Amino acid sequence: MVVIIDYRAGNLTSVVRSLKVLGAAGEVTQDPAVVARAARVVFPGVGAAGKAMAILKELKLDQALKTVFDKGVPILGICLGAQVVLEYSDENDNTRCLGLLPGRTRALPRRPGLKIPHMGWNQVRFLRGHPIFKGLPESAEYYFVHSYYPSPAQENMILGVTEHGVTFPSVMGWRNLVATQFHPEKSGRFGLQLLENFLAWDGSYAE
Amino acid sequence: MLSKRIIPCLDVRDGRTTKGIKFQNNVDIGDPVAMARHYYEAGADELVFYDITASSDRRDIMIEVVRRVAAAILIPFSVGGGIRNLQDMRAVLLAGAEKVSVNTAAVLEPNLIAAGAKDFGSQCIVLGMDVKKVESSEAIPSGYEMVIHGGRTPMGIDALWWAREAERLGAGEICLNSIDADGTQAGYELTLTRMISEAVSIPVIASGGAGTPEHLAEVLTGGRADAALIASMVHYGTYSIQEIKDYLHQRGIPVRLLW
Repeated sequence: MVVIIDYRAGNLTSVVRSLKVLGAAGEVTQDPAVVARAARVVFPGVGAAGKAMAILKELKLDQALKTVFDKGVPILGICLGAQVVLEYSDENDNTRCLGLLPGRTRALPRRPGLKIPHMGWNQVRFLRGHPIFKGLPESAEYYFVHSYYPSPAQENMILGVTEHGVTFPSVMGWRNLVATQFHPEKSGRFGLQLLENFLAWDGSYAE
Repeated sequence: MLSKRIIPCLDVRDGRTTKGIKFQNNVDIGDPVAMARHYYEAGADELVFYDITASSDRRDIMIEVVRRVAAAILIPFSVGGGIRNLQDMRAVLLAGAEKVSVNTAAVLEPNLIAAGAKDFGSQCIVLGMDVKKVESSEAIPSGYEMVIHGGRTPMGIDALWWAREAERLGAGEICLNSIDADGTQAGYELTLTRMISEAVSIPVIASGGAGTPEHLAEVLTGGRADAALIASMVHYGTYSIQEIKDYLHQRGIPVRLLW
């Protein structure tokens, strides 16, 4: 059973649907007790960091996420879920976030001709090997939609980078946590492959 | 580098796709779900559905179509046509669409954009614009006027002003349709597209007039569009998405080539 955290940050339909295609049952929950017992966690989300953190705290899901991270349970953060695992976000006036990883979420640069949000298909340049990259060709593209990006404090937490006005970390990995700024659940067969790799991953990562 | 998106557009009436389409491979040409699957496998980057069902009490049929499309494809798609309020938006998004497109209702009630962005996030809200070229005037300084009700009712609103206003209200993207170019297959309205795309920072999808891959190349370069909507040129089997993308790639335009 894969637990999908629902903190009222967007539509979880496509995440549930993708897991179903892979034959995995997903349980969507707002209950911190269910999260704390989970064997595998997907932490998705779209929207703003400030509101997201407020709801995570209100539902006591912030503590539940820290618990499963400390226990070594495999966790996949997606989009906003890949941002609020860091310590702070520049969005909504320096929002204090979960701090599972050191670092902060930054705004994509604003300049004429550069479209924000970064919306559409883009490539990921893999910097480090990781079990979730198994079978993914370098030229594959993934679906992005965001205006902020995760910037972990340690270089070795960056698994892949993408270009949009700036070279930003689009995949992070540390211990039992992996996180993608893009949406694997909307990224065709390569996104599905990444999700399948996540389902097969035991959470161990030697860097 | 961000790829330019190629987006087939499907008109749906009473749960069936309406254009006569010459498909091989046994695709049920009237079934929006079969067509969605076909275009997904053929390399479409995203899909757009327009519900042109006349009667509003038959909207449940479209919601069921959205649900079935969502189960059949793993790329984003938006749904527009007849979206009048937050409940309509919610129904479409919960059925599995990534985005909802508002057009007439947003012109009549601009706060619908702000309310939708607040409840569902800007990335979900696409502003559909139907635009007609007119004499430049004090009310319409850009020379492009907003029209609603599928192009029948001119509103006396400047299209350039409205695009900026919609961005300010929280629209995440603009789907810009030229009424003059629509259906001609003679090329997109490049002047309009470039003007709007350069005036806003959100992505702009060009719509109306696509007939050849060269038209897409024009609008994605000189027209400054971030994505191109296509209909007849693929529905009638004149071109495949692969052919269009190969052409754009040869012209040095970034497109997604592996799917």
